[in-house]
Amino acid sequence: MGDILSIILKRLGLGLVTLLVISIIIFGAVELLPGDIAQAVLGQGATEENLAAMREQLGLNRAAPIRYFEWLGNAVTGDFGRSLVSQQPVSEAITTRFANTLFLALYAAIIAVPVAIFLGVLVALYRNTVFDRVANVITLTSISSPEFFLGYILILFLAVKTGYFPAIAKIDDDMSLIDKLDRTFLPALTMVLVVVAHMMRMTRASIINLLASPYVEMARLKGVPAWKVIVKHTLPNAWAPVINVVALNLAYLVTGVVLVEVVFVYPGIGQLLVDAVTKRDFPVVQACCLIFAATFILLNLAADVGSILTNPRLRHPK
Amino acid sequence: MNYFIIGFYALVIGASSMAAFYQKRTLFLLLFSLTLVSFIMGIVGGEAMLWSVTILAGLIAFSAGVSFSFREFLVILLPADLAKAMRTAPLTAGFGLFVIFTYTISGVFAPIIAPYGEAEVISSAFAPADENMLLGADQLGRDMFSRIIYGARNTVGLALLATILAFAMGATAGLYAATVGGKLDQLLSRIVDVIMSIPSLIFALLLLSIFGTNTFTLIIVIAIIYAPRVFRLARSVGGNVVVMDYIEAAKLRGEGNWYLIRKEILPNSAAPLIAEFGLEFCFVFLLVAGLSFLGLGIQPPTADWGSMVRENATLISFGEITPLIPAGAIALLTVAVNFVVDWMLFMSSGLKEQ
Repeated sequence: MGDILSIILKRLGLGLVTLLVISIIIFGAVELLPGDIAQAVLGQGATEENLAAMREQLGLNRAAPIRYFEWLGNAVTGDFGRSLVSQQPVSEAITTRFANTLFLALYAAIIAVPVAIFLGVLVALYRNTVFDRVANVITLTSISSPEFFLGYILILFLAVKTGYFPAIAKIDDDMSLIDKLDRTFLPALTMVLVVVAHMMRMTRASIINLLASPYVEMARLKGVPAWKVIVKHTLPNAWAPVINVVALNLAYLVTGVVLVEVVFVYPGIGQLLVDAVTKRDFPVVQACCLIFAATFILLNLAADVGSILTNPRLRHPK
Repeated sequence: MNYFIIGFYALVIGASSMAAFYQKRTLFLLLFSLTLVSFIMGIVGGEAMLWSVTILAGLIAFSAGVSFSFREFLVILLPADLAKAMRTAPLTAGFGLFVIFTYTISGVFAPIIAPYGEAEVISSAFAPADENMLLGADQLGRDMFSRIIYGARNTVGLALLATILAFAMGATAGLYAATVGGKLDQLLSRIVDVIMSIPSLIFALLLLSIFGTNTFTLIIVIAIIYAPRVFRLARSVGGNVVVMDYIEAAKLRGEGNWYLIRKEILPNSAAPLIAEFGLEFCFVFLLVAGLSFLGLGIQPPTADWGSMVRENATLISFGEITPLIPAGAIALLTVAVNFVVDWMLFMSSGLKEQ
């Protein structure tokens, strides 16, 4: 067991280092601004006194590395400074919105994961038949469509024409869970469509890979029934790639949510980020980017660790 | 029960029976699934749903026909060796090539094809379609059809430029890293690891918030975000080629690195790189469309599909499909490129196995 633990710890360390480097990039990118934040906010016409006051207020007079460590230290404790536009603490706006985004992503994931794995195994079993081809064309189409295309199609047919679901996914904390699930059904469905297609293709590929391996052929040759080949020989070996597929797609879900949130006017962190980018509200942009990057890295890390845990071969690297 | 419904079911059931009788297994499976689906659709949605099934089936049949004739056209037109590959291509690949061809034509000849200029206001806002305007007017009264034609030039052109730049940077650096190896390789690979661990849309938003949105920065930013993917592929493909004996021979001959990359490694790693170019284009195109949709891409009044969707999005709530047309144009091109790439990947993997 000690072996596994040290490998996982190593991965975690690596992830932490990556996150640190990314935080430097996110902080440093704003430093690359022509002039500085004060100049960018106040514009070209600002007087020297105004600029100086603004710099004083934002603490821009100190050296960049010192400000970086301050920012990072505060960020770790959940304090991202104040928004340049509203002067509110950034963390206040982010907390509820991030919870909303996670809710939406989780909602989509709970529907998507079982469906995708089931369908992926199915098309892998019936590979190269007409159903496989049709599934291939449909999933390719779904992957290739921008999220807003799928979103608006769903709005047109399921909200405007038939009125089954609300077109705008406005939610607040006072709503009951059922209400929330109903309101967010269309955005969740949009993401499900994209993610199921991705996951299905990846599951299919990894299962087909396994079905070609010698021990599956051996099992067939000694007369094991088809379902038993799947349950006893293929599935235990398939967990590693499937867990990987799921984690990677969850990572996609959390970032792909930005466009979907804008389409459905959903009060999530993605919309906050887009608003902040248009208003050039840098503290909010930095905070949102850091949160997205951290989630992304965490889920990728989960994919790594999951595949190590379920695949004994990876525990003993050559 | 009216004649349309009776005729519809008679047709699908009759066609599937015919297919079964003539032992066309694939065709039978397809037609019979269509029959079952339309039973369910008919019960749930009534006649309207059946009409949409009919229209959809007709559209699919029509595009299959178009792809078939375009493929045959290419077989006749192309030189012998290419024609041979073309003849075995699946219909989806023919469809993809046809769509790419159409987009190229409308992009290149946009000013000739489009009846009005892209920023020309010709009627009132959201005017419905009439004999002058094929698809009606947008939120400022500009001709939707002309703007879609011009969009083929602007949106696709920008995505293509960014892809080419990303590819040039990524492939050069990747092949160079594979050839030289050592510390430079390590350094570049670590930089690439970091860039790839930031989600691309988020990274693009961060960079665009800082450098502002004009076409030039857009291209550079997207190229920087997508070059690492190309780098990884070029490095791994190049790594397999570098260990070959003929590279050793060329090195002993005293050839320089640049010569090795250009004359020995690149020709031997072209196939996967070309397929990657197609995939990369799809990613870049979707990112450009997404950014424009968010209002951070190509700026008005330039016609651009992503921002056209957003500007006309209010029409959706009146049950109009106008905003879906530019979105569909984006999806169609991406699907088409994916179909062609799928076929190319299949060909290259099939050749490897033999």
